[in-house]
Amino acid sequence: MTARLTAPTPAAGRTAALTRRLQEAVGVERVLTDPAQLRTYECDGLTNFRVTPGVVVLAESRQHVIDTVRLCAEAGVPFVARGSGTGLSGGALPVSEGVLLVLSRLRAIGPVDPDNARVVVEPGVINLWVTRDASPHNLAYAPDPSSQQVCTIGGNVAENAGGAHCLKYGFTVNHVVGAEVVLPDGSVVNLGGTAPEHPGYDLLGTFIGSEGTLGVATSLTLRLVQAPEAVQTMLVGFRSVEDAAGTVSDIIAAGILPAAIEMMDALAIEAAEAAVHCGYPAGAVAVLVIELDGPEVEVDAQFAQVEQIAMARSAFETRIAQTDAERALMWKGRKSAFAAVGRISPAYFVQDGVIPRTQLPQVLTEIGRMAAAVGLRVANVFHAGDGNLHPLVLYDDAVDGQAHDAEELASEILELCVSLGGSITGEHGVGAEKRMKMSVQFTADDLDTMQRVRCAFDPDGIANPGKIFPTPRLCGERPGPRTGEHPIQAAGLGEVF
Amino acid sequence: MAATSLDRRPGTGADAVAGVVPGEVVRPSGVEEVAEVLRDTQREGRTVLAAGGRTKTGWAPPPASVDVLIDTTDLDRLVEHTAGDLVVVAEAGVRLSALQQRLRAAGQWLALDPPEPGATVGGVVSANASGPRRLRYGTVRDLLIGITVVLADGTVATAGGKVVKNVAGYDLGKLYTGAHGSLGVVVSTTWRLHPLPAARRVVVLDLADPLDAGPLALAMARSTLTPAAVEVHATTGDSAVLVVVFEAIPESVRGQADATVALLGGGHQGDDLPAEFGQRPGGDGDIVLRLAFAPAALPAVLRALPDGTVVTASACTGVAYAALAADHASLLPAIRTAVAPHDGTAVVLSAPSDLRCRLDHWGPVGNALGLMRRVKDSFDPDGRLAPGRFVGGM
Repeated sequence: MTARLTAPTPAAGRTAALTRRLQEAVGVERVLTDPAQLRTYECDGLTNFRVTPGVVVLAESRQHVIDTVRLCAEAGVPFVARGSGTGLSGGALPVSEGVLLVLSRLRAIGPVDPDNARVVVEPGVINLWVTRDASPHNLAYAPDPSSQQVCTIGGNVAENAGGAHCLKYGFTVNHVVGAEVVLPDGSVVNLGGTAPEHPGYDLLGTFIGSEGTLGVATSLTLRLVQAPEAVQTMLVGFRSVEDAAGTVSDIIAAGILPAAIEMMDALAIEAAEAAVHCGYPAGAVAVLVIELDGPEVEVDAQFAQVEQIAMARSAFETRIAQTDAERALMWKGRKSAFAAVGRISPAYFVQDGVIPRTQLPQVLTEIGRMAAAVGLRVANVFHAGDGNLHPLVLYDDAVDGQAHDAEELASEILELCVSLGGSITGEHGVGAEKRMKMSVQFTADDLDTMQRVRCAFDPDGIANPGKIFPTPRLCGERPGPRTGEHPIQAAGLGEVF
Repeated sequence: MAATSLDRRPGTGADAVAGVVPGEVVRPSGVEEVAEVLRDTQREGRTVLAAGGRTKTGWAPPPASVDVLIDTTDLDRLVEHTAGDLVVVAEAGVRLSALQQRLRAAGQWLALDPPEPGATVGGVVSANASGPRRLRYGTVRDLLIGITVVLADGTVATAGGKVVKNVAGYDLGKLYTGAHGSLGVVVSTTWRLHPLPAARRVVVLDLADPLDAGPLALAMARSTLTPAAVEVHATTGDSAVLVVVFEAIPESVRGQADATVALLGGGHQGDDLPAEFGQRPGGDGDIVLRLAFAPAALPAVLRALPDGTVVTASACTGVAYAALAADHASLLPAIRTAVAPHDGTAVVLSAPSDLRCRLDHWGPVGNALGLMRRVKDSFDPDGRLAPGRFVGGM
């Protein structure tokens, strides 16, 4: 019997050589090559996209990150950085034959500097830990994605994570003032710092939300906010989605900027109720969770105003949280909604689209119509204050073709968002999942312009390739006619004949 | 150039940008005309500089060359204002003051208050101008949600969108903010708006020692009070005035002003802003600096400046403007060294013309300068846009 040898692909050969060099640089124990171990990293929170990485590096220090990226650059092998893997767009989907660089062991969290309201953290620090450490100083880290008990700051930075309270406080990009970044060539730059401004381009603002395609952050300087004097939370039940949506519009029109306004429809309420028994008003077709914070006198006055607005829109039940426990329960229903949907449906797609807030009632009606047309159910959970929808498309994967129909429906909902002037993603990112949708929202010129940034940071395209953009672009190409010297000529590196 | 109705004329001394007279001034009336100018100048290898209200042309060093100055003031359409969404789309040449006036009718405003009268929104973005209310609302980077630019080769590109929450693609608005036209011409901007506050209350406290402003500002920052602005007007080595502004509902501003007087141990209350509030210090004969630093380092920054320097600081944010007397020009390197341990930088905003070329306008830029050059090369490979205006001589 002759052994059948499979000739290794050039890429596999490169990865094998790189693996040896990685083992030398960061230690054998931090480099995973066992197929069973590799498979545990094959997806992030978007579980219907799976790729087994060529090799996994469990970085434990800044130097491990630098060494790994540098070795990848030298070998021309792509890398994907990953934190807790809670992302919902496949942003941390590995590249086959590539390196998955796991940062969750980089968990140092610096002392809180209360006078400057800053704290320096490593990328693997869990979001909630920051507020935990800041709260003794009456400070907090404002971005609060629903996964904040497990997601990492590094991942938040990659995705420019939001959360329920970003209506008032803004997103991750508004709360990160500095970063040390390992560029895809292995060099290290410091973007931003402790001060609010620095001369030069705002590359920090550009880096945040770039989904790991421009480099890997090894350290982040976060801005903390003063904890408010008062917080009040209200749960309001409505008999129609239109009344709930109208209440949101009326609150904004009254000049009130709540910390959060969240909305759930009947199906989402049913799911949350089944999962966490949050005690939402029985018979509600829609509920709003409204939170106001700030100086006590202001919160009291505006809270009363919000209550009146809701009553004028036929709210049938209004509950005000009297204790922290009651507030926590109101939020528990909302924050557990995604997982809860698993109780009422064998499978579901989570979508993340944005619409101008004023379009809310029409969009919900239209989503209902689109779902009915294909015989599927959609549960709606959303950050109503900023028009960020999370339609959960429910389906049964045991029924032939339903997964496909659900995916189609989810896709059509995004196109609806864009047609109304919205976006294909408000906080989950484009990732691997929605890159083909980018050309619905942006023109080829828009995307090409973004790629110019990519080419400046990562000319070889090895940082998280296959994400964000529908098609890769070779750097150095200039679309359209040009008259000047080619950059390679200008640099004295070549001649054009 | 191709036959066109483009408004064009030879440049004059009145068009000079930081002392450099443009060869030609063009005034496009729409985005397509801007694209045409950029395509034509690329073919001809000519340099281009865009300007709006020309209120901050000194904020960057003199250009190495300006063959064509693009006057953006005819790009003055307020494209869309959806009051219910608190979003406005305005072309780059719309004056900020005109925009605010339009928005006021809907009880809203764009929460930016740079003091330069006649500034356009495009110029505010390109120069990253801000005012005292940045404490409450942030700056351009926090409020700009969409942008359309024309690149050096005439490509028209949009990033962001018309919704506040949007993470699709790279946020090019950040890149263009403060880029001084070195990466392309900003032609349209989309903004997040805020409701106009119903009431205002101002607390003014005189300080015998300007350095006292530091701990008092810190006490404000560490409190649960929510001022729109905390501004310090100081003359170093002499005295200072601390101005705390509350803008919210009437019952809130009254209560917070009372609490502020108690916290500061004094101060008088009123409804009106002091005349100098929000103004940059200095005159034609001064070197005006923008200092940015770790927010709690205000006393160290004041100490780094020679006595008699007039300073306006957005006290809790880590930004100050200082009018350095021209004969103190040689102190600039020492000032930069003194603020550096606080992550401090000092950028020259204006200087007497005889000094302008001798001063290091931007100061040290840090280890990302090479990356910034690659970004510049990627967007403007021929170096035709605002050459010499940006960091590192870009």
